Amino acid sequence: MRAVHDRGGWPGAGPIDRSEHHLEDWERRTDAMVQLLASPDKRVIRVDEMRRAIESLPPEQYESFPYYGKWLSGIEILMVEKKILTREEIDRKVAELEKCGR
Amino acid sequence: MEIGARFKPGDRVRVRSGNPPGHIRTPAYIRGKTGRVEAVQGLFRNPESLAFGGEGLPRQPLYFVGFNQSEVWGRYDGSPLDTLRVDIYEHWLEPA
Amino acid sequence: MSDDEHRPHDSDGSGHAQNSLSPFARRAEALEALLVEKGVFGRDEVQQMMRAWAARSPADGARLVARAWVDPAFKARLIADPRAAAAELGIDVGTAATLVVAENSETVHHLVVCTLCSCYPRTLLGIPPDWYKSLNYRSRAVTDPRGILREFGLDLDRRVEVRVLDSTADIRYLVLPRRPPGTDHLTEEELAQLVTRDSMIGVEDPRLEPAQGGVR
Repeated sequence: MRAVHDRGGWPGAGPIDRSEHHLEDWERRTDAMVQLLASPDKRVIRVDEMRRAIESLPPEQYESFPYYGKWLSGIEILMVEKKILTREEIDRKVAELEKCGR
Repeated sequence: MEIGARFKPGDRVRVRSGNPPGHIRTPAYIRGKTGRVEAVQGLFRNPESLAFGGEGLPRQPLYFVGFNQSEVWGRYDGSPLDTLRVDIYEHWLEPA
Repeated sequence: MSDDEHRPHDSDGSGHAQNSLSPFARRAEALEALLVEKGVFGRDEVQQMMRAWAARSPADGARLVARAWVDPAFKARLIADPRAAAAELGIDVGTAATLVVAENSETVHHLVVCTLCSCYPRTLLGIPPDWYKSLNYRSRAVTDPRGILREFGLDLDRRVEVRVLDSTADIRYLVLPRRPPGTDHLTEEELAQLVTRDSMIGVEDPRLEPAQGGVR
C-alpha cells in the first residue's frame, strides 16, 4: 500500500492547474517560521523531521489541506513531540484568538 | 573517488524492493528497477534516521542513477530515448 | 487581506466576520505567538525572514543563466561549482542543500520534479509555484513528462531525450536552458529577461524576446 506522499506515478492524475495565487500573509509567515526553526543557528527541527511529520498526516488531510496548512500541522506535531509546546497550549491559544475576533 | 563508495559511474545497479516503515526517500515507483550510475553525488547523512532525531551516521554515498523510461513504466508514451534520473542512497542499491 | 478560495469554510457555517482570520491563519498566528512567548524566536526574526524570502525571485537564477550564455568560462564554473559561481554575482545560496546545474543541449531537455514533497532550488528561484507542488505534477512529471510539456506549450521532437530529474535527496536542480537563436544582439540584461522561472524548472523554453516587465 503506497504512502500518500509518494506520488510519482500515482494513478488518475489529471491536467496541471497552472493558476498561481499570491501567498497570503499567514502562508509567508508559516514559511518563515519553518525556515527559522530549521536554520543552522537554531536547529530546533530538521527538514527531514518536518517531511516525516507531514507524511504522517491522515491521507485525507494530506490530499486536501492547502500546502502551508500541512506545514502548520507539521510544526505542531514537532513542537509537541519535542515538548516545546503542548497540544492544550496550542488549542487554548487558538480559542483565545477566536474569542477576540481574530 | 569517494572513500568506500561501492559503485562508480557506469555501473548497472538495481534498486532494492520492499516497503519498510519510516521516512524513506526512495520513491516506490523506482524500487526493483534497474539503471546505471551516472554520478556519485558525495557522502550524505541518512534521512531515514535524521527524520526521527537520529544523527544519520555514518554518511554514505548518494548516487545519481539513470533509468530508461520505457523500462520503468509498463506503458510509456514518450520517446524511447527518454530517461529518468533519481538520487538514491547506497543502502538502497545492489549490483545488477 | 482578500478572501481566497483556498480557505476552508468555518465549521459553524456562519462565514467570515469582516476582520476574522481563516482557521489556518489563526493557527499560524497562535503558533507564532506561542513560539515567541517561549523564546524560540523573536517576532522581528519572523518579519526579517518573511522579507528575506519575499526578496528572492527567479531573477537571480536568470542572471546566472544569462552570464553563462555570454561567458563560456563562467558557464564552466557554474556547472562545476554553482555555489561559488552564484557568489560571484552576489547571490548567497546557503548550505542547506547542494545545487546542481543541468544543462540542456540540442539532444537533451531536462525537467525537474520532487515526487515525494516539493524540493526546489528556492535560493535561486524563490518560493515554488503552486503547480510545482501539486499532486498532479508530482505524479505525471515522471510518467508523462511530454504530456506536461505540451500543456505548457512545448512539443519536443522525439529525437530529443527528455530527462526527468526527481529531487529525492539534498540535491537541488536548476535547469540551464539553451540560449534562443537570433539573440546575438541582446545585452546580458536583456538575455536575463528571456530566462523565465519555468524555463529553469524545465517546463518551457526561454522567451524569444525580452519581456516588458522583467523576469516572472
